[in-house]
Amino acid sequence: MYSWSFFPIFQASDLFLWGLWVTVVYTFGSIVLGLVFGLALCFCRLSGNRVLDWAAQGFQELFRCTPLLVQLLWFYYALPLLLGINIDNHVAAMATLSLYAAAFYAEIFRGGILSIAKGQSEAGAAIGMSKAQIMRRIVLPQASRRMLPAFINQSVIQFKNTSLVSVISVADLAYMASVVNGQTYRPLESYTAVAVLYFVILFPLTRLADYIERRLRVSE
Amino acid sequence: MKEKKVMSVAPSAAADTILEARGIAKSFGQLPVLKGIDLALGAGEVVSIIGPSGSGKSTFIRCMNMLERPDAGEIRFRGRRVGARFADNGAEIGQGTLRRHVGMVFQHFNLFPHRTVLQNVTEGPTVVLGQSQKEAEAVAMDYLAQVGLADKRDAWPAQLSGGQKQRVAIARALAMQPDALLLDEVTSALDPELVGEVLGVVRRLADQGMTMAIVTHEISFAAEVSDRVVFMEGGVIAAEGPPQEICREPKHERLKAFLARFNA
Repeated sequence: MYSWSFFPIFQASDLFLWGLWVTVVYTFGSIVLGLVFGLALCFCRLSGNRVLDWAAQGFQELFRCTPLLVQLLWFYYALPLLLGINIDNHVAAMATLSLYAAAFYAEIFRGGILSIAKGQSEAGAAIGMSKAQIMRRIVLPQASRRMLPAFINQSVIQFKNTSLVSVISVADLAYMASVVNGQTYRPLESYTAVAVLYFVILFPLTRLADYIERRLRVSE
Repeated sequence: MKEKKVMSVAPSAAADTILEARGIAKSFGQLPVLKGIDLALGAGEVVSIIGPSGSGKSTFIRCMNMLERPDAGEIRFRGRRVGARFADNGAEIGQGTLRRHVGMVFQHFNLFPHRTVLQNVTEGPTVVLGQSQKEAEAVAMDYLAQVGLADKRDAWPAQLSGGQKQRVAIARALAMQPDALLLDEVTSALDPELVGEVLGVVRRLADQGMTMAIVTHEISFAAEVSDRVVFMEGGVIAAEGPPQEICREPKHERLKAFLARFNA
């Protein structure tokens, strides 16, 4: 019978906390950058300009149809050879996570914007609003409410995906689990502790997404 | 390029013409919907456009404020040609300018669901005309009172009946203090018992001298409020004249057949 002992894990708690901090920074950083870049991609898709549309769609498909793990390895090990420069593992990790997030966010934005009835834009146009005013004041406020549950769900996935940066030696929460395991020889406790930490943070967020979705359904 | 420019000016196109359509043609794909329509809207004039479904009435009235881009022909506002762009451009005025001066009310209301009744009405005056919030609210309350909905100022569109929504939509258009109003089947989406309250508002606007083009299926209402009635069929104006002539003593065969269905 295996005898559990979390004592060594508690001793290593500052490693876990540091790892958690790194995970949070990478998650929020890549969400913010992904939002900005995703919005730009989305506007390219909706611009009506063929070249922009195709370029944005090509980019999206590239990132949606290859595994994030492969993307991370490629950015860290392959791209430097192509460019002839060194890419710091932290830069590679943040860039890859952000671009990956952008590809998915762009699709959420696009769906949300397209779901707003054409009559809304026409009503804005009929009182003399410009395209930009219609987008900012009429379409986006309505679309963002509708996109919120999908956005939170994608961000939950993003938080979990961040664990993959450990393969290029970024010391996030998952990476710290290996470190602590190496020090304590207690894989069961190390990996269980990490799993619990992920769960405790993400469970409330998925509940929040469900709650918002239910409330939106009532109000519409 | 043809040397001779054929000016097809409708009979009532006088100096005080507010809005004028010349030779408007429009196709959706292979399907021609409008085949050259001329219509001038004089100041204070009320013109109703009637005709069977698919005759192009709605497409035409949407062309009049460029929500639908005509393939050929032109729209003129106070004698000035309206260009393809949003902004004014030399001799041509932009679509933004046209729409600031010509309001539109839609069949399905198209109120902004994320704005209260009052905010729906102040949106245009504040954002487009640059009025202060206070100023815009005072004007908006005036128009909401005119359509009988001052007490609903803080309600959300979702809390209103169809008739109330349409009256808010009319107030929203009026708050821009337009030179003309385009009404596109404004009662077609309403329950029968709610039609009267909206027509009442339109009738009062006509009495106050508002310039209007009205696409409608309410023939007796059209006959009552209009100075002129236009019968469209197959993408052309098939008959046109005073309401008495068009609605009560039609001579045109197709028009007779069309009206017979309403009197049955």
